[in-house]
Formats: sequence, structure tokens, C-alpha cells
Amino acid sequence: MNNPLYQKNIISIADLSRTDLELILQTAHSLKQTPQPELLKNKVIASCFFEASTRTRLSFETAVQRLGGSIIGFDSGGNTSLAQKGETLADSVKVISSYADAFFMRHPQEGAARLASEFTEIPVINGGDGANQHPTQTLLDLFTIYETQDTLDKLNIAFVGDLKYGRTVHSLAQALSLFNCNFYFIAPDALAMPDYILEELTDKGINYSVHASIEEVVDSLDILYMTRVQKERFDETEYQHIKSAFLLNAQMLTNVRNNLKVLHPLPRIDEIHNNVDDTPYAYYFQQAQNGVYARQALLALLLTNQFQLEV
Amino acid sequence: MMQKKLQVEAIQHGSVIDHIPAQQGVKILKFFKFTQTNEKITIGLNLSTHNGKSKDLIKVENTFISDEQANQLALFAPNATINQIKDFKVVNKFPVQLPSSFIGVLACPNSNCISHNEPVKTRFYVNNKSVLKLKCHYCEKSFQRSFFTELD
Ligand SMILES: [Zn+2]
Repeated sequence: MNNPLYQKNIISIADLSRTDLELILQTAHSLKQTPQPELLKNKVIASCFFEASTRTRLSFETAVQRLGGSIIGFDSGGNTSLAQKGETLADSVKVISSYADAFFMRHPQEGAARLASEFTEIPVINGGDGANQHPTQTLLDLFTIYETQDTLDKLNIAFVGDLKYGRTVHSLAQALSLFNCNFYFIAPDALAMPDYILEELTDKGINYSVHASIEEVVDSLDILYMTRVQKERFDETEYQHIKSAFLLNAQMLTNVRNNLKVLHPLPRIDEIHNNVDDTPYAYYFQQAQNGVYARQALLALLLTNQFQLEV
Repeated sequence: MMQKKLQVEAIQHGSVIDHIPAQQGVKILKFFKFTQTNEKITIGLNLSTHNGKSKDLIKVENTFISDEQANQLALFAPNATINQIKDFKVVNKFPVQLPSSFIGVLACPNSNCISHNEPVKTRFYVNNKSVLKLKCHYCEKSFQRSFFTELD
């Protein structure tokens, strides 16, 4: 069977089936085990950051280079003559994509990547469109969970912190809902998971529960996914309470499962104490490194036909 | 003598859009640009109905509402019916149906959505729940009908 992602776009996690996701994770795993430094030889990849994002750009451009491809593009759209001349995104995409074999883009407006894909024949990869989607982040999260747990099925996964504004947790919960996981949501009331996500999970028959603190559930978890709670959103008294309930330190990990891994999309501020770094449960730096493999997997699948799903 | 006094004059050929909620009739006229044709148009506003509520009604001579137009009517008058008239007789009568999507008729309520100021038609997908929500093809956000404005 051919690879179903060949020459396709990666715009939104919701566009990907369970099989697509499994193929991406297997390919990421394969490329991590067996590097392919020549795979994209003679391919030119456009890396267009209409909005700056240093981490995503470094990770993506490393992925291209590790596969032997070359890069054209820009790291901050505001500084380019494109932005200054007031060209439509549609026109920019038509021109740039005529030079390249794939188009990776970050843009400050929601829907930009979907729109771009309608003005070019080459594969478009969404590196973040405003507050909407950031599928390569979701894929690296999934890959990290898969790598550490050997499966994505029926895991106990807690999401902690800002669940209201965090597109990362929304997309990840949506993707994991294809795998029958149990979700635990732990957030200050003001930053609770939005109703529309909860409704979606209910419609899909997913088990979830809401908890007041990490300690209520930590001992039964496989994955503890931490996100940042912005101090600015609270007054000092509130924040002291939040600190005890939503911030993680090593003492809280005394009786946890052996396979527990703590993840975080980074950068962290103080939601994970430095003393967690030395525990066997910390996995956030490996998670960041996995971004390179997840992005390599996408490039490999979109631009070559060498990988397919092994059942 | 007529059994029932007609509230709005009959037409010979054309379409009658009935059961429009009161206040929506003028919006529909504007939306379909009926005001820009030379055909004879009769409108009734705040007409009384059997159940004591009021409705608007539009009659357009020599114009047959297409299926696509009929679907767009669902944005204003989800329970409207369309009667096609030939020689003063109703030859076809059908209810408005909610389409699966609306293309090029509404502006996205999300001001940061890329669909503003780019050469594309907006597209919204209709959910099939009791409360009508429309999801933007581009920014993927869902909004209730009342948040939308029509494009010119
Ligand atoms: Zn939109």
C-alpha cells in the first residue's frame, strides 16, 4: 500500500485519521533509530515565518538539514519586503511555492495555512496559525507519549495548568481521543478546559474528570502533561493557592507509577520545580528533541514514498 | 365573494416566500438584491398568522428561487416555505432546507481570521445540533448564527 500522506498537507490535527497518526509516529521512531541523511537530497523546503517563533523554526530547520534537504525562507515576516508591500498571503504563497518542494509556515492569523494550501500544489505544513492549530507540536507530543509508553491506547493522562487558552492541550486531547485514553483535567477555575472541547469528548464517549490538584490523581497516571499558568492572570493570594495545587515538585512524585513521564511544551517558568529534572519521570527535554523527529517524519512522508505503516 | 381576504396581492408567475419571521423580510430583500431588479415585487410585513404571531412574506414576479438561494434563506428564515407560481397556481411548494455549508455569503466573526482581505470565498460548515452553529473552514472556530454579518 502507498503512503496515504504522500503530497498531502498537514494543516489541522482533525484532518488526520488514526492510521495517519500511527504512520507518522512509526516513521518518527524509524528516523530516530536509523537516520536518513540523504533522504531529501536535492529537495528545497520553504520555511516561512510570517510570525517569529525561534523554537519551532530551529526544530523544523534542523529536521530538514538532518534529512539532507536545503532551506529557503525567512524568520520573521514583519521584516520582509512581502509584508511591507502589502501583498496578499495568497500571492506570496504562489510565488514562494514555485521555488520549493514543500512549504512550512507559521502565521499570526487563524486559517493562514489552510488558505495557503489552496494556492499551491506543493505540500503545506502548518507550523502554527494564530490561536488555532499547531499540529507539529501535537505530533511531537504524541510521539513522545508513544515512545515512552509503547502505546497510545487507554492511557491515564492528566493535563495541568492553563487549559483554557492552551491550544496545545486542546489539540492533544482531540488527537488522543482517537485512542480511548482517560483524561484528568486540573486547572484553576478561571482557566478550565472550554465547554466545546468537553462536549466533543462526551460526544466521542471519552472518559474524563476534573480535579482540584495534581496530588488527587498523580499516583495513577501514565502521563502528566504540564502547561504554564501565567502569574499575571491572578493576584498574589490566589497565586499562592494555585502554586500548591498546579505546580509540580519532586516530593509529589514519591508514589507514582514507574512508567510515569512528565511532559511540558516548554518554556517552563516555575510550574515544574528544577528538582523534578533529576527524577526518572522528567521527559520534557527529550520531548523537545522529539520535535525534530516528528517534523522529519512529516517531511519524509509528504515528500517520499519510502515509508508505510507496519501492522 | 372571497372566503378569505388576501393580505397581499396574488402574482401570476414567480415565487412566494412565506413564513418568514417578522423583521427578516427586509433583510432577505436586500440579501438577494431583489430591490435591484425591475420585476414587480410585493412584500408583506408583520402579517398576522393563525397562531397570533406575525410574519413577513415576499412575492417576486417572473423569478424562480434556485435551490442554492433557497438554502441561503435558511440563514434568515429556517422555517420559510417557497411557492412557485405559474398562471396564478402553486405548481411547486417546498420548505427551506439547511445546507451542509454556506459559501461566500457570510463574514467570519473572528477578526483575526485569514479569510478577511484574501482572495477567497468564506465557507462555513453547519453543525447538526439543536442550536445552529457555523464553523469556519479557515480559522476552524464555531459561532452561533447571531454573531455573523452578511457579506455585501
Ligand atoms: Zn474564520
